[in-house]
Parts: sequence; structure tokens; C-alpha cells
Amino acid sequence: MNNKRTGEKIIYWTMRGITYSVVLFIAYILFDILINGLPAISWDFITGDPEKSGAEGGIFPAILGTLLLVVGTIVVALPLGMFSAIYLTEYAKQSKFTQSIRMAIVTLAGVPSIVFGLFGLGLFVITLDFGSSLLAGSLTLACMVLPTIIVSSEEALKSVPKYMREGSLALGATKWETIYKNVLPYALPGMLTGSILGVGRAAGETAPILLTAAAFFLPELPTSVFDQVMALPYHLYILATQHPEAQKILPMQYGTALVLLLLVVGLNFGAIIFRIRVRKKYKW
Amino acid sequence: MAETENKSKVHVDKMDFYYGAVQALFNINMDIAEKKVTAFIGPSGCGKSTFLRTLNRMNDIIDGTRLEGKVMIDNSDIYSPMTDVVGLRKKIGMIFQKSNPFPKSIYDNIAYGPRIHGVKDKNKLMEIVESCLIKSALWDEVKDRLDTSAMGLSGGQQQRLCIARALAINPEIVLMDEPASALDPKSTLKIEDLINELKKDYTIIIVTHNMQQAGRVSDYTAFFYEGHLIEFGATGQIFTKPNQKQTEDYITGRFG
Repeated sequence: MNNKRTGEKIIYWTMRGITYSVVLFIAYILFDILINGLPAISWDFITGDPEKSGAEGGIFPAILGTLLLVVGTIVVALPLGMFSAIYLTEYAKQSKFTQSIRMAIVTLAGVPSIVFGLFGLGLFVITLDFGSSLLAGSLTLACMVLPTIIVSSEEALKSVPKYMREGSLALGATKWETIYKNVLPYALPGMLTGSILGVGRAAGETAPILLTAAAFFLPELPTSVFDQVMALPYHLYILATQHPEAQKILPMQYGTALVLLLLVVGLNFGAIIFRIRVRKKYKW
Repeated sequence: MAETENKSKVHVDKMDFYYGAVQALFNINMDIAEKKVTAFIGPSGCGKSTFLRTLNRMNDIIDGTRLEGKVMIDNSDIYSPMTDVVGLRKKIGMIFQKSNPFPKSIYDNIAYGPRIHGVKDKNKLMEIVESCLIKSALWDEVKDRLDTSAMGLSGGQQQRLCIARALAINPEIVLMDEPASALDPKSTLKIEDLINELKKDYTIIIVTHNMQQAGRVSDYTAFFYEGHLIEFGATGQIFTKPNQKQTEDYITGRFG
């Protein structure tokens, strides 16, 4: 009896310890970036143009570039993903064909981001002749996050109980009226949150934009969707690995990393707060 | 016989129903009287709910279902290719076993159907909401909080709200699928009183597990067993001197 209890305790504390060490690890990364990044951040750093290949000056073009890429990705991917999810959950019959579509979507989610980058380079940059541009980058990132958006939107739609649909249909509503008035309003928070979390991850990707959108050094702001842009993750990659004085400009790297981190965390946080607020309104 | 004195609202002729390869209903023939209460009884899985759902084609939304034979409402075949399913469902209100208010305000729940069918005028909508809530005996309890969420109502109130919502599309037939099975005795009684009140204006078909309930509220009772309609007649006759042994066994509680 006593032995058993000791065993339980050992298992409990081991698992607890492992969990805490994971948290500790993440905390250390955040702490390191915060401590080293904060001193680098100033008004000039956030709003200024980079100078001397990024060794001095600010990172405003990179912040703006990343924001524009995020907006472009959302504009392209959100409607495509949401309508695909609506089709798959609400309209499509369960068949071999729809199952293979689902399989394809899941597989797509596992494709490495550099492959999406190459695909974007081939299709958008070269074949469609968009050049390395905001447009090509947004489309490439959109392809990358589509599976996430479709899968999370499907989950959100499935979480709306069947009786909402039956109740509406029984009142003589058509299928689309039912979806539009009595399914989507309840599923939308989940669909948007899942999608924004997916887009947040794309915002930090380097590989896809490396080949389709990002400029190494471009202290000018884009004026059209066919312009190249700077982007935070790529800028960080350049500063950390490609810059001749990489060691000397560590504060710039940390500052950039911190800004990128805040951007992504802010995006996720916004999504979660949005979900909580809408959830309160539609509770069942 | 009583049936012949009443106008038939629903006429079912040699109807078979399948879920994929599984046959759920066998050769159902039945006439359901207008502005009366008809109860379907029988053990779980006997097909009574399936039958109820064929009457407003709710089974259509399940993949792979198939119906043979005829279901006529007001002398038109509701399974003919010409039938407008949406129009059909507008004529038939449905109350589900689990009350299913939408997570909207009480007002919006009841206005849902009329709005879909094109009523936009605010005064007209308010009129409908009020009259339906009065009919479903809920008005006095909720008149001061029409704009609060329907999810805040008690179980019994929610079910009466669903009845009000179904009445708001001005149906001729009201289908009830075990409407009181999840309610406490007091709420059940209220629903039963309501059914007695509503049969003046509507043809009511109710599926129930509760035999006392069938006895209390219905004019006619149909007993189903394993997908067959075993016996159908005036409720008094079914409960006092059934013609079939199976019916008697079920009613006296020997099985089911």
C-alpha cells in the first residue's frame, strides 16, 4: 500500500516537473528576447527607415511589409477557406470524393513552408508574372494557411448543434437561409479565431516570402501590390545570418525579434478576446 | 365510426421507408383527421418518430433515405417531384424532443419564421410575437423581457417558446416529437393543456412514450411496433379494448 502511494507520487512529480520545465523553457526564450530587445526599441526604431543595410536606423518598412502581407493573406484566404468549409460540412455528401478532398487538405497542412515558397515562385512570381511582390507573397501565404482555415472553420461549423439546423429548416427556411441566419452567426467566432491563429503563424514565416515577396534592403514603402516589401522575419534572418557584422548588431536583431513576437502575440490575443466577447452573446 | 365523420388532413398510402438498405417503416396506411390530436405510441425504435418526420420531409436531410408509396396532405402528394419542400414545411410546425430555442432573444426566436417568409413590418412582427406567445401560454411570463436571451428560460418555458415559434409561421399541422419527455410533471401538464387548447385550430400529431399522456391528450392513437402500424383507432377504444394482442400487451405494460 505504502509502496503504491510512493509510486503514484513519483509519477505525479515527474510529470509535473516535465510540464514545468517546458514552461520554463518558453519563459526563458521570452525573457531573453524581452531583456535584450527592449533596450533596442525606441520611437525611432519603430518608425524609422533602416540604414547601412539594417545595422542602424529603424525597421518601419519591415513592420509595414509584414502587416500588409498579413492583411493580403487574410483577404485572399479567409473567404476561400470559409466557403470551402461551408461546402464541405453543410452541402457535400459523405463520399469517397469528399473524403479525398479532406485528405488532400490535411496533407496540404503538412507541406513544408519552403515548398509553398517554391510553388509561389513558380506560379505567382514567374508564370503569372506578378514578380517578387506583395501580391505574390500574400497569395503564397494564403495557400499555406488555407488548410488551417478550412479545418478550423469546419470544426467551428460542426460544433453548432444539429438541432439549430433542423429547427430552422422545420420553420420553412431554405438551406442557405438556415446556414446564413442560424449556423454562421454561432460558428463565426470560432472560424475567425482559428483562421487568425493560422495567419499569425504565417506572419512569422520566412521561407515562403523569401522567394516571393521580401526584399533584402528596401528603405522605401510599397506603393502598389506589385512592389516588393521588407518583412520582419526575413529582415531578422538577414541581420542574424547574412549581415557582415552580425555579431555587432545583436541589439537590432533582438529588437526586430521582439517586435515580430509582439505582433504575432497581439494578433492571437485579439482573436481570443474577440471570441470570448462573441461567445457571451451566443451561448447555448 | 368516428374517423369517417372527420375530414382527413393527412392520407398515407402503402408507404415504405428506408435508411439506406435498412427498412424502417413497412406498408403504412393511415388517415389523420383534421383539427384532432393523433398520438403515435410504441416502444423505442418502432419507427414512430421516423414516421412523424416523413410528414414534413425532415428525413430528407439525412443522406441515403428513401420513401416509397404516397403521403398526401390536403390531397396533394408531398413526395411528388413538383412539391415545394420549403412551402410544405411552412404549412407544418414541428416541436422537437429536446427544446431547441435559438441563442437569440425571445422576440427574435418567434420572429425568425415570419421574417424568413418576408414579414418586415415591425408592428406586424410584434403582433405575431404577442399572439403566438399568448397562444402558447407564455406571454404573461415573458412579456417584460422579450429582448433577453431565450436561453435564460426554464426547460418548460423553452419548449413553450418553441411551440410559439412554430405557430408563428401560421401552420395547419403541428408535429410534436415527444415534446414533454425532458420536462418535469408540472411543465408537462402545461404542455398538455396547451395541446388541448391548440387542437381547436390545428391538426396535431404527437409522438409520445408516455401512455397516460397519449390517453389524456389524444383523440386517436396509433400503435407502432418494429416499423409496422399494428393498430389505429379512437384513443378510448385502443386503451380499453384493443383488437390486437400486441397492442394490449404494450398498453398493459407487458413489454416496451
